[in-house]
Amino acid sequence: MKSHHDLIRLEQVNLHFGRNHVLQNIDMALHKGCITTLIGPNGAGKTTLVKVVLGLTKPSSGNVWREEGLRIGYMPQKLQIDRTFPLTVKRFLQTTQCRDKNLILKALSDVGAETLLQESIHNLSGGEMQRVLLARALLRDPNLLVLDEPVQGVDINGQLELYALIARIRDQRNCGVLMISHDLHLVMSSTDHVICMNHHICCSGHPEHVSNDPSFVDLFGQRGAEQLALYSHHHNHRHNAHGDVVQQECNHG
Amino acid sequence: MADFLLLALLGGLGVAAIAGPLGSFVVWRRMAYFGDTLAHSALLGVSLGFLFDINLNVAVIACCVLLAITLVALQRQHIVATDTLLGIMAHSSLSLGLVAIALIDDIRVDLMAYLFGDLLAVTPEDLYWIYGGALLVAALLYKLWEPLLAITINEELAQVEGVRVTAVRLVLMLLIAVIIAVAMKIVGILLISSLLIIPAAAARRLANTPEQMAIGAGVLGCLAVTLGLGLSYQWDTPAGPSVVVVAMMEFLILYSWPQRQAA
Repeated sequence: MKSHHDLIRLEQVNLHFGRNHVLQNIDMALHKGCITTLIGPNGAGKTTLVKVVLGLTKPSSGNVWREEGLRIGYMPQKLQIDRTFPLTVKRFLQTTQCRDKNLILKALSDVGAETLLQESIHNLSGGEMQRVLLARALLRDPNLLVLDEPVQGVDINGQLELYALIARIRDQRNCGVLMISHDLHLVMSSTDHVICMNHHICCSGHPEHVSNDPSFVDLFGQRGAEQLALYSHHHNHRHNAHGDVVQQECNHG
Repeated sequence: MADFLLLALLGGLGVAAIAGPLGSFVVWRRMAYFGDTLAHSALLGVSLGFLFDINLNVAVIACCVLLAITLVALQRQHIVATDTLLGIMAHSSLSLGLVAIALIDDIRVDLMAYLFGDLLAVTPEDLYWIYGGALLVAALLYKLWEPLLAITINEELAQVEGVRVTAVRLVLMLLIAVIIAVAMKIVGILLISSLLIIPAAAARRLANTPEQMAIGAGVLGCLAVTLGLGLSYQWDTPAGPSVVVVAMMEFLILYSWPQRQAA
């Protein structure tokens, strides 16, 4: 982790939907220049937690502290734009109330999508759409990027490219990043901090630690966890993650 | 040209010009059924207007606005799915209107005029209402254009970006209510949503930006009104339905044209 300049802090956040206790005693902080990845099974409350961070959903109890002047760039999980809505990438980016063509071009070239400016939003591939959404988030000159499954609908190579791109953006802008991901093994090399959650935070810490944490193994099954750990081993020879005794960082909620 | 025809033309053009841009949002946001529901409730407004002896335009606008607000409030309760809720409200309010009109026995009401429009009976007073309503809607659409587009793309994204989503959405519903109230005279309760939807859907084929589609829809709507009235004058067909038939023809012609690369 590069610094501990907090952008946002959640303290003992709880959220109930009727009888469902969706978020249970969540404590977390997002730091400047740090990529935090949220993983967990389907229905674990990841998107709900992101909505609390964004201020779209109010927690039932607990505190959410935001740094003054915090600008969040948000990339939603998917955009369902009706095909009857004629929209080019350029016009789509203009609806952020950013009319400056140079800024729009800059944001598009930052994500490697400058050729798409005049393209219809309906003709984009999955990967192109994700890049355009990312460009839109960058247009707000954010100090925190919140990305809900940024690699959804993208093939494996494209996913790795996108994660590398997100890491590069963090390096250039020194902004904080919070993203939801399904596969820890792909995101591993480009994240600083992993939070593994299933309504409560099961474990958190460096990706290597999390992949060996017993509660992570519980959550994803022995085989899945082994695959993830093996993958990380394969990718990072300096660390011997597989089979080693790992320092426990588990805070069961 | 006969006076009544000129009034009809002016009234129809005023409504069609503004129904185009507003109808584009109805199409983009899939609110067609919502428009229908508001239109059905307009008849309840008419009967309440007769009952309490207030201006019919005012009564209809008030009724549509009340229904729109009730709808938003009920949607939040998640009692039933939205389309079910819309179905219940559309047909209940239409039936309530019909029953109420039947109960007022000292007034003969020409139901057909309200259900299918009576374009040829447009009065100068109606024109004030139509153009007043259209100007109000145009001004608010202009002012809220970008936020409206933003919430149409994605409401949560818009909210994170600082748009007051609930307020903007409510204004859009109220604008649709106003247009339905003033358009009732032109095409009637049962055909109002067609004036919102068909020109906008047809204009989609010609448009690469939301603005082109909105303006195109207004132009196609005006063309439909003009040709429809001509048709009605020539062959003595009912005016409102004739306008809708022309709009449908526009739609068919544009969609049978070979597709080109479009946004």
